[in-house]
Amino acid sequence: MTIELDMHPGGSVGVTPTPITPNREYSMPDRIYRRGVQVAGLGVLALLAAIGFFLINKGFPAFRVAGLSFFTNSGFNTLGHKATFGVFASLIGTIEVATVAMIVGAPVAIATAIFLSEYAPRRSRRSLIALVDLAAAIPSIIFGLWAIFELQPNVVGLSTWLSRHLAFIPFFKVTSPPLNASIFIAGLVVGIMIVPIVASICREVFSLAPPGEREAALALGASRWQMIRTVVIPFGRGGMIGAVMLGLGRALEETIAVTIILGGGFLYGPHILQHGGTTISQFIVVNFGSGGRLGTQALLLAGFTLFVITLIINLAASSIVNRSRSGAGVDL
Amino acid sequence: MTTYATTPPPPVPDDVSGLGRNRGTNLSGEAGQIDADGVCAWFSGRLVLEGVTLTMEKSKVTALIGPSGCGKSTFLRILNRMHEVVPGAQLAGSVRLDGLDIYGPGQRAMETRRHIGMVFQKPNPFPAMTIAENVLAGLRFSRVSPGNKDELVQASLTKAGLWKEVKDRLGELGGALSGGQQQRLCIARALAVKPRVLLMDEPCSALDPTSTLRIEETIKDIADEVTVVIVTHNMQQAQRVSDYCAFFLAEENRPGRVIEAGRTETIFGGPTDQRTFDYVNGQFG
Amino acid sequence: MSSDAGMQAAPQGVLISNTSVSTGSLPTRPPSHPSPPTHGSDDPSGRHPDPPTPRTLPTPIRPSAVGPQDVALIVLAALASFCLVWVVFYQLTFLTGGLGFLVCWYAGFLALTWLGTSQVIERQVATDRVVGILVWSAGLLIVGIVVFIVAWVTYKAVPSIHWSALFTKDQKTLTASDPNLLNHVGVLQAIVGTLEQVLMATLMGVPFAIATAVYLNEVGTGRTARLVRTVVTAMSGTPSIVAGVFIYSIFIFTGVLHYSGFAASLALVVILLPSVTRVVEEVLRVVPSGLREASFSLGAPEWRTVWSVVIPTARSGVVTAVLLGVARIVGETAPLIFTAFGSQVLNANPLVHDQGALPLVILSNTHAAQQVLINIAFQAAFVLMSIVLILFVLARYFSRTKSKKSGRAPTTEDDTLARIFLPIPIESAPE
Repeated sequence: MTIELDMHPGGSVGVTPTPITPNREYSMPDRIYRRGVQVAGLGVLALLAAIGFFLINKGFPAFRVAGLSFFTNSGFNTLGHKATFGVFASLIGTIEVATVAMIVGAPVAIATAIFLSEYAPRRSRRSLIALVDLAAAIPSIIFGLWAIFELQPNVVGLSTWLSRHLAFIPFFKVTSPPLNASIFIAGLVVGIMIVPIVASICREVFSLAPPGEREAALALGASRWQMIRTVVIPFGRGGMIGAVMLGLGRALEETIAVTIILGGGFLYGPHILQHGGTTISQFIVVNFGSGGRLGTQALLLAGFTLFVITLIINLAASSIVNRSRSGAGVDL
Repeated sequence: MTTYATTPPPPVPDDVSGLGRNRGTNLSGEAGQIDADGVCAWFSGRLVLEGVTLTMEKSKVTALIGPSGCGKSTFLRILNRMHEVVPGAQLAGSVRLDGLDIYGPGQRAMETRRHIGMVFQKPNPFPAMTIAENVLAGLRFSRVSPGNKDELVQASLTKAGLWKEVKDRLGELGGALSGGQQQRLCIARALAVKPRVLLMDEPCSALDPTSTLRIEETIKDIADEVTVVIVTHNMQQAQRVSDYCAFFLAEENRPGRVIEAGRTETIFGGPTDQRTFDYVNGQFG
Repeated sequence: MSSDAGMQAAPQGVLISNTSVSTGSLPTRPPSHPSPPTHGSDDPSGRHPDPPTPRTLPTPIRPSAVGPQDVALIVLAALASFCLVWVVFYQLTFLTGGLGFLVCWYAGFLALTWLGTSQVIERQVATDRVVGILVWSAGLLIVGIVVFIVAWVTYKAVPSIHWSALFTKDQKTLTASDPNLLNHVGVLQAIVGTLEQVLMATLMGVPFAIATAVYLNEVGTGRTARLVRTVVTAMSGTPSIVAGVFIYSIFIFTGVLHYSGFAASLALVVILLPSVTRVVEEVLRVVPSGLREASFSLGAPEWRTVWSVVIPTARSGVVTAVLLGVARIVGETAPLIFTAFGSQVLNANPLVHDQGALPLVILSNTHAAQQVLINIAFQAAFVLMSIVLILFVLARYFSRTKSKKSGRAPTTEDDTLARIFLPIPIESAPE
């Protein structure tokens, strides 16, 4: 222990001892335990790294063949001499499906969250919340089943209506009927599927809005909606944005429901009401098993692409939410 | 007291509520009188307040005093229809503002609260709004255009005793102020809608003595234009500030009631009831 | 304008009790009336007498926000919109279509409600009402869809089920043209496959997840722990198809494993792990630190504290997390395509050969041409959905037990069962 002499103002001399941090000694079983769980934690790190590494490693030969044209070409012609394959069409389709899903799903989800947190009758609130959460648990294949047998026949009517009366909007123009197996229908299902996820986050965030501010707004003569608009929604803004981004991530990766609706589609274009269209995950599923070795490598590459896209979006969403006031009750 | 332009308010159209639209241009807002008759309150079936009959005179300051837990705040919240916001809350009795029953059929709580404002124990300015926006918030809710916004902001903040401190930083967010300043901002916000009555629920209990004195000055200043009803634990404050007092008490396992009410000098100087005497002399509570 | 509702204001504006107005004598003197204060006497002085016993209380009321006028406005708006749209559609035939009619009616209903309310009452109330309608519609829509899907799957599946065959036979003898097909064909191979894959994934994944959660909450400090937490977050967003493709690329593409149930369970672990880790971490965090400190002060080593104090306290939460994790992976289809591959024949050995699974049966029969095959798809869907429902109900039961044990009233946070399906954590404010 060292002793330092300090000169205090006024000339007196003080003695400041340096602090000692006691060393925590662990017994052997404790050390095994600590090391063990540490391995588990690092194992997770290793797992993520492995996913990225193996996908790119095994898929790289395909990238060597195609180069950057992988992202600008479409189709899956991997056998034969001049192999052309790429995910361009699938990227377009993925964006289109996700856009439709967000336009349909985000407002409904936020409205549902407001309903559950502010409007639902007290007695039934827990049951209603459970039902909405159950929607998140229903497997996507069952949603797909419902979509193709029940939703699609009805929505085709709506698509027809849109294509007839709103054809001035380029997206709604139809150049080749039929109108089933369309991006629009796939987007609708995915939109419905993301509602419970987005609504659940928003609902939790809304319920954290400070009651003092709520009372202040009401006492000033605000209606319930005015109070929500002034207090709850501004408070929950960060959480809402994060929730919507999560919904977006979910919409981008949705595989089975989209595959069931789109089938083996491979076209792409702005006409979302008519049949056709492909997304990255559907591309992988539909082409799996064909195309020889190169084809499989191409699919691995496509999988890597999807992985990176959703990773970026989820990380961004996480940081937005947890930095905002609504997520700020957290110590990360 | 600042004066406004002396144009009379535009005629109020046929009004279902009967309370009259609270126009922002209402000159030197008329203070109102509240008559409570036989008010009872329940929370989830449990009776917490019983048979309160009280008149809060216009342009006067009425203090509700008594130990904690005897229903003073509950009674206060019944006066501006905030009691019903709590799930499971019920009430009975009548409350009249200038003769009109605020719980009558067709009366909307929203409308009532524009005429009977409230300041809470913990200051609650809207943190996402600037100071100026906070002051004008109530007017945004009732969609009343305040004529000259800047004048109104200045007038309200001056009345609340905050103008000098914030006049150069009206664009700052409301949450950036100290506790005492925030509470005065809340008072300014409540005053901006020109209510007839201002209810204050222990407004100074979370504040330092300097802010407390400032707010007490404010109360005395505004009492002409706005009837004030204040709940307070601080007996000296009640003596300093109020013209009338009502002493609430909830005896063991009984709901709260008003034991005695009258002029402040009487309640503190020569109360009729032994329990009042004990309380104001610090025997309990 | 004060009413004379029986209260005469004395010149000094005195309140009810009209005791003698002593002008400002500050020194307090005891009340001139004898103590104890009078109870129950009829005192003409107007002091607040204690209520007579037995006393009759007025009936409590709760002011309602919606009166007959409001109901009338809404009903009228609905009817008016219907008539209006009907005229436009059928008399003037500007527009056509059933769903279109509904959409137009709804839009008209909202507009007319707003107009009517803003005329009769005021604009703020009108906007508030319309928002209320929108919000209720959204909530009921989602709830309606969920209930509909569950009921619909049941309705489509149950009539064609031959209960004796469903759980006991596989699809070995499947010939689509056989009219008696469902007598001797069932989904046994799928059930066995799903059970084995999920069980193996759970056995491998749950201890891993709990250990990681313990690391994050109890042991880990500083940057490494934060990195691991970020990685867990990132992984929870991994698409399930990527998990399947990943396992495929490491093990099957390279020939280390065949298509098998085991490979499928590996892919399922990748999905299960981050979700369960996150939820268990939250559950552990809520365990009060006082418990740990008490255990340490008794001399218990850290591992013992965690094993005997922390985890048992959090037991219901952990069980809930596991149940929900299982519910999630049971329904995953995409990863199975690349790993288990699916099969119509019963294969109880998860280590070799393709194995069937419930979602795969559904997938392969959805687009079938023959009704019988579609029926099989629905039957498999019915079984799958029932499993998920049971797990969900169990999870809810356990999460209630958790809050009962800790003595606090169940909050809505306990009900966020969707949390397991969230890619990122939303932590609620500390209690």
